[in-house]
Amino acid sequence: MRVIELVKVNKVYDMGAEVQVQALKEISLSIERGEYVAIMGPSGSGKTTLMNILGCLDTPTSGLYLFDGVNVSDMDDNELAKIRNQGIGFVFQTFNLIPRSDALHNVELPLIYSGVPASERKDRAKKTLEMVGLGERVHHKPNELSGGQRQRVAIARALINNPSIILADEPTGNLDSKTGDEIMLFLEELYKKGNTIILVTHEEYIAEHAKRIIRIRDGGIESDLPIAKNGKVKSPQVMEKVQV
Amino acid sequence: MTFGGEFREGLKLSFMALMANKARAVLTMLGIIIGIISVTLMGAAIEGLTRAFNNSIASIGADVLYVQKWPWMDTSGEWWKFRNRKDLEIDYAEKIKRDATLLAAVAPVVGRLGTLKYQNITANNVQVEGTTSDFMYVSKMEFTDGRFFTYEESRGNRPVAVIGSDVADQLFPNREPVGQKLKVNGLSFRVIGVRSKEGSFMGMFSLDNVVIIPMGQFQDIYGKHFHPSIEARVADPSDMDNAREELRGIMRKIRGLSPLQSDDFSINQQDLLTRAFDRIAGIIGGVGLFVTALSLFVGGIGIMNIMFVSVTERTKEIGIRKALGAKRRTILVQFLIESSLICLGGGLLGLAFSYPLSMLVDKFLPTSMPFSIAITGILISLLVGLVSGLIPAMRASKLDPVEALRYE
Repeated sequence: MRVIELVKVNKVYDMGAEVQVQALKEISLSIERGEYVAIMGPSGSGKTTLMNILGCLDTPTSGLYLFDGVNVSDMDDNELAKIRNQGIGFVFQTFNLIPRSDALHNVELPLIYSGVPASERKDRAKKTLEMVGLGERVHHKPNELSGGQRQRVAIARALINNPSIILADEPTGNLDSKTGDEIMLFLEELYKKGNTIILVTHEEYIAEHAKRIIRIRDGGIESDLPIAKNGKVKSPQVMEKVQV
Repeated sequence: MTFGGEFREGLKLSFMALMANKARAVLTMLGIIIGIISVTLMGAAIEGLTRAFNNSIASIGADVLYVQKWPWMDTSGEWWKFRNRKDLEIDYAEKIKRDATLLAAVAPVVGRLGTLKYQNITANNVQVEGTTSDFMYVSKMEFTDGRFFTYEESRGNRPVAVIGSDVADQLFPNREPVGQKLKVNGLSFRVIGVRSKEGSFMGMFSLDNVVIIPMGQFQDIYGKHFHPSIEARVADPSDMDNAREELRGIMRKIRGLSPLQSDDFSINQQDLLTRAFDRIAGIIGGVGLFVTALSLFVGGIGIMNIMFVSVTERTKEIGIRKALGAKRRTILVQFLIESSLICLGGGLLGLAFSYPLSMLVDKFLPTSMPFSIAITGILISLLVGLVSGLIPAMRASKLDPVEALRYE
């Protein structure tokens, strides 16, 4: 079943003074439920614009975007907010946690916005934090957590509403390579559990964790290829950890 | 998400945001605190003055007509006309009483400051009033002890006196005044009654520092050249106008005025004073509240300013919240609650200051802070918070999530 379907999507930015920039040109692609897809491209390629549209943070200028079979291309702010809330789990490069709130409250946020009662909210948030290995740190504020722990809080937050897709934008960009590997392992596990993951990155070795790589260049799709089952680059250490 | 949920969450978040910036919140509140203090104090002062006036004016009696040479309120400015009028005479009262059908009681009243003495205690500057037994019905006098003088005592010029409560306290601190003998300017009187406390006029002079004696006795002390004012109680208070016209007609007859001549006397009533006071109090109140409301306005601008800062500071946070599914309304409510909390806090603190302040001011000027002013103060501060928070909150709610997330 298709989670995402883009049909001839264009995005044009009006820069004023009649200057227009076409960030995306006639993009068509589809992603099935349970896929692990990496979107790659150099800066300026339109990769970020594509991610914003996929994440329902922005709408295409023209073309069709079906999310879970629902046309979201012409939705207004509030309808898009609902889709983001229920259908999409974001993992950002800079974690984007609310600094004043503890881990628990940060994870609760999407549930607050979908109107889940407080007691159920707390239960679910605690369980999800336990799942990402932070059961002991529910009341720590972001600045009391390490980078890897913060990203795990963010992942817990992304997971809590059982979204249709997890959209990870350079999730290891602000982490050292060891912690980065841990996070990638984590995403791998989520994928194995049946989650749909879209990974946006410009790092080849990160993208290779995915099962399919879509390369973007100059606003168009340059290539869209699956990675072979026994594809390259997976360091032996990482493999060991997976088995643990 | 339900509105109740949004509200609870907004309340929690706003509280956290304010706690994170305590100094800023308090400084911003200061504007509202000062504004609420000045507005509520002004309101309390006006309210207090009105109450004091109404209490004082009650001693005049709403249903009593005063025939006098001078009007209480002169809007013509031609005071010399009144000065040249003939004085009133004591026997007018009898004539009015004889002819009037709409008046319940009529009494002439003369007054002067005198000195009272009881044994070795002296009271200076006491208002000595001479009148007839009818005065009791005109002024609806009440007594803590004893009675007013009778018709016989009045006609027979008996040396009897009714004293006010201040005089009673001053001359007879340790004994019952009734039955005692006191001296008014050297002449001896027997105290037959003590009048109930009437209070003071606008806090300025006491209405209880008085001794009332029969008219003939007054003339024995001070001579016959005193001209009275004539006080008349209307039989039916709802029929004041007709009673006044009747009284006017009788007076014109007494004075022998032809139809073309204008009145050479004035008929005064409480109503004149209350109307004049209401007008003055209205103007003072309006101007005063306007001026003090300006300070509240300035406080509101401070709130708006700080809310803009707060929105800008938290642009990224707003982006995150939007990405996670916060709707426009959710963000709007959150910031509105924050600005309202600042103002409400300021309002409550302002009241906490202004209430004791009003008690302090009350020592110099009649002031009273009724519950309604406190409630109004709180509502006003809430309103200021909502109004001044509205534009910043709308700006926050309309932020583009992509832009907001990118903000550093």
